[in-house]
Amino acid sequence: MRPKTVILITCLAGLHLILLCAGFFAPYDPTTQDRELPYAPPTRIHFKDDSGFHVRPFVYAWTSVLDGDQAGSYKEDTSRELPLDFFVRGPSYKLLGAYITTVHLFGVDAPGKVLLFGTDGYGRDEFSRVLFGGQISVAAGITATFIALLTGSIFGIIAGYYGRWIDESLMGVTELFLSLPWLYFLLGVRAFLPLHLSTLRTFFLLTSVIGLIGWARPARLVRGLVLSSRNRNYVLAARGFGGSDFYILRRHLLPEVLGLLLTQAALLVPRYIAAEVTLSFFGLGVNEPVPSWGNMLSTLQQYSVLVSYGWLLAPACALVVTSVLYSSLADMFHSRLKSYST
Amino acid sequence: MKLIARLTLHVCLLTGACFAAAPVPDAAKPGEELARLAEVSGHYGGHLTIGERAEPKTLNPVTATDAVSREVIGRLMGDLIEINRSTQQTEPALAKSWKISPDGRTFTLQLRKGIRFSDGHPFDADDVVFSFNVYMDEAIDSPQRDLLIIDGKPILVTELDQYTVRFALPRPYAAAERLFDGLAMMPKHLLEKPYREGHFIQAWSLNAQAAEVAGLGPFRLKQYVPGQRIAVERNPYYWKVDRENQRLPYLDELVFLFVGTEDAQVMRFEAGETDIVSRLSSENYNLLSREKSRLGSQLADMGPSLEYNFLLFNLNDLNGKKLDEVAGKQAWFRDLKFRQAISAAVDRDSIVRLVYGARGTALWGNVGPGNKLWINPNIPHPQRSVETARQLLKSAGYSWNQSGQLLDTAGRPVEFSIITSSSNSQRMKMATLLQDDLSHLGMQVHVVPLEFRAMIDRVFQSFDYDAAIMGLGGGDADPNPEMNVWAFAGTSHLWHLGETKPASDWERELDQLMQQQMVTLDYTKRKQLYDRAQQLIADNLPFVFLGTPNILASASARVGNFHPAVIDPYTLWNADELYIRDPARENAGVR
Repeated sequence: MRPKTVILITCLAGLHLILLCAGFFAPYDPTTQDRELPYAPPTRIHFKDDSGFHVRPFVYAWTSVLDGDQAGSYKEDTSRELPLDFFVRGPSYKLLGAYITTVHLFGVDAPGKVLLFGTDGYGRDEFSRVLFGGQISVAAGITATFIALLTGSIFGIIAGYYGRWIDESLMGVTELFLSLPWLYFLLGVRAFLPLHLSTLRTFFLLTSVIGLIGWARPARLVRGLVLSSRNRNYVLAARGFGGSDFYILRRHLLPEVLGLLLTQAALLVPRYIAAEVTLSFFGLGVNEPVPSWGNMLSTLQQYSVLVSYGWLLAPACALVVTSVLYSSLADMFHSRLKSYST
Repeated sequence: MKLIARLTLHVCLLTGACFAAAPVPDAAKPGEELARLAEVSGHYGGHLTIGERAEPKTLNPVTATDAVSREVIGRLMGDLIEINRSTQQTEPALAKSWKISPDGRTFTLQLRKGIRFSDGHPFDADDVVFSFNVYMDEAIDSPQRDLLIIDGKPILVTELDQYTVRFALPRPYAAAERLFDGLAMMPKHLLEKPYREGHFIQAWSLNAQAAEVAGLGPFRLKQYVPGQRIAVERNPYYWKVDRENQRLPYLDELVFLFVGTEDAQVMRFEAGETDIVSRLSSENYNLLSREKSRLGSQLADMGPSLEYNFLLFNLNDLNGKKLDEVAGKQAWFRDLKFRQAISAAVDRDSIVRLVYGARGTALWGNVGPGNKLWINPNIPHPQRSVETARQLLKSAGYSWNQSGQLLDTAGRPVEFSIITSSSNSQRMKMATLLQDDLSHLGMQVHVVPLEFRAMIDRVFQSFDYDAAIMGLGGGDADPNPEMNVWAFAGTSHLWHLGETKPASDWERELDQLMQQQMVTLDYTKRKQLYDRAQQLIADNLPFVFLGTPNILASASARVGNFHPAVIDPYTLWNADELYIRDPARENAGVR
């Protein structure tokens, strides 16, 4: 493998591992409010103090100061150095959804706090929220992609292989789906649902809606590919030897579209993560206090927050990083598998 | 040389086209009874621009209900008696004086003589009688009509002579003179025809020609550009003069730009495109105060507003509505101890700090410290105590399961949702704080942001909600506008709308107190009644009161006589006194 590929795969695997074990990498619970620290800026990591350089980094706690007559400014309390500890005990969480544990990768002695990305308006640790929010956003993207590709490839193969009126009617349906103004459609759907939905139900609703709306494009791509390959010599030969439709689909056509599906998957995941972010941004996604990148960004709808507290853009940066990694993956698939893509 | 002269001429013509010469203030006529503001000074000229969150819906003072329309109309119209926003007391306006009969039922108003509408037509008692007839007309259904119909009977308005009008009330009515504030006196000569022909409601729409609209306010309509702005120019016949007997207003023109949102208002203000912003949130206020040195603006924190924000439980009668789930939860909400527990668990200090950025005040009752005349200082302000809350719940038969979840007497987990308007970031934030506070009691609370109209519809019509965070008040310091909240048949009796009789003894007593204070003329006695009403409200918690924001406003440095008030309209109430500062003149000691 080329070194570029290795780096890419490592980065992607690392990203997903961190999100999967968010509880371990995040120093705090994502929903715990610290009302003494609203909009605290990111903690600075120090190596140097008056006594010189330290190998072990340390931080200072934020203390709130009055700036003129105005609350909400912070300065470092340099009276006490808080060395950064690793593998510390903290709030309990479920690792991989199963083991209840309290070990976190890093932290400082309470009541000091290490806030890598600062805090939001309720004093919740933004870094922990980005990790836990990423769990929901990325999982939504992957699940929705899976739903879209599964539905899309089933309908695409059927349409492409059988042709004629089946093809025409199925492709007619995809056109309908492609022309749907989906944001307004979702806003409409939300009005008919009960006031409160649990996080799990919202998540599945969100992913299935994104996936079911998104199946049309992959379906058309798969159909085109199947259409062109069903009259290839090896397919005709297989049919001549008495191969059943199912055999031909499984043995000859499915491998043909696999490359396309992989490329599509890598392209669709970031797009659907962005779709989840958009929906949550408009309040259609998971509700407070559970974080997702979208609902975290929705506080930035307020002008004063946007211009005053830059660190709250962290979820957007995470989204950009994820998207870049996935599109590089799509590029890699595309060049390696020499297959079709959008 | 010639070229320069021609260029200058061109420039003059161009600017002239943009701001056609404003009408010159008319010289005072003999016999014209003008109001002299002995404290006010300034100088003529210039225009101010104000960003509005929306476009006004109409210029018709009788049918206008939205804040923006009322803000614009208020500058065009005059009223008989007005509430001075800075003293909160009534002052003579178009009526130069008034007499109240000893039984408090008859008001005799003396109108100013010789004053004219903005089109130059004289104003007299005919216009007053006409205006009141329109306001009280059932067919027109003005929002102010409710205030003028007392005990189902309209106020009797009689013209005694050209400048004297008598108002006969069906029963004594406390502070009745405050009713006159905001009731626009309309020109009979312009509006009688549409009124007689039955299309008064369509009159003075935004499409009206400037010549069709006339009032007694400091300004008159100049131009309306749909989707962009509405410009009003000086009323040359306005009836107030300043210290030097110069006819007000000072400004040539006032322009209302339609910018959309509070954030857009702030951005336009920062960019120097507008001169005044009011109703600022604390975040935006802090943002502007950080930029104060760059913008050179004037910032005003006027202290607590009269608004009260609260958590409301749905105690409506749900018989005949298919809302079994909500009805099941009402057993908790009806329990006073449950509501007291919630009130005890709410961290109001955090609300003030996190929601209002310390520019607000915690509330335990419906009257806050902004209302100095009427607040009952004896309402207790208990500290937040989760322990007290737990004790209260325990004594009411609630218990906790292994995982700390609160269970009611039937063993059901306590779980409910709070709806709030998604466009109001402050109330959204309160809801999220409340959610966390109540989780310490083992209650599972969901925050559901809804579009404003959808929320209003649930609270007023369908009753399909558990709890809501809302805000009320802010119109006037007097208790009378609160009647529709606390009288059991009131239209804003939110926790239990459409009651045919009081649901409990305290509601009956509250209703009686409110009715009684309305007919008591003596302030001290009225205050005693209203104190008791506040006590009842605080004891029985139909609302769990949370907090009130400060009134925050800002104006650019060039605005003179900028004195915001805590009563709506916060900044433009003295639009006639505002002027553009001219540093050169002020340095020379000339005003």
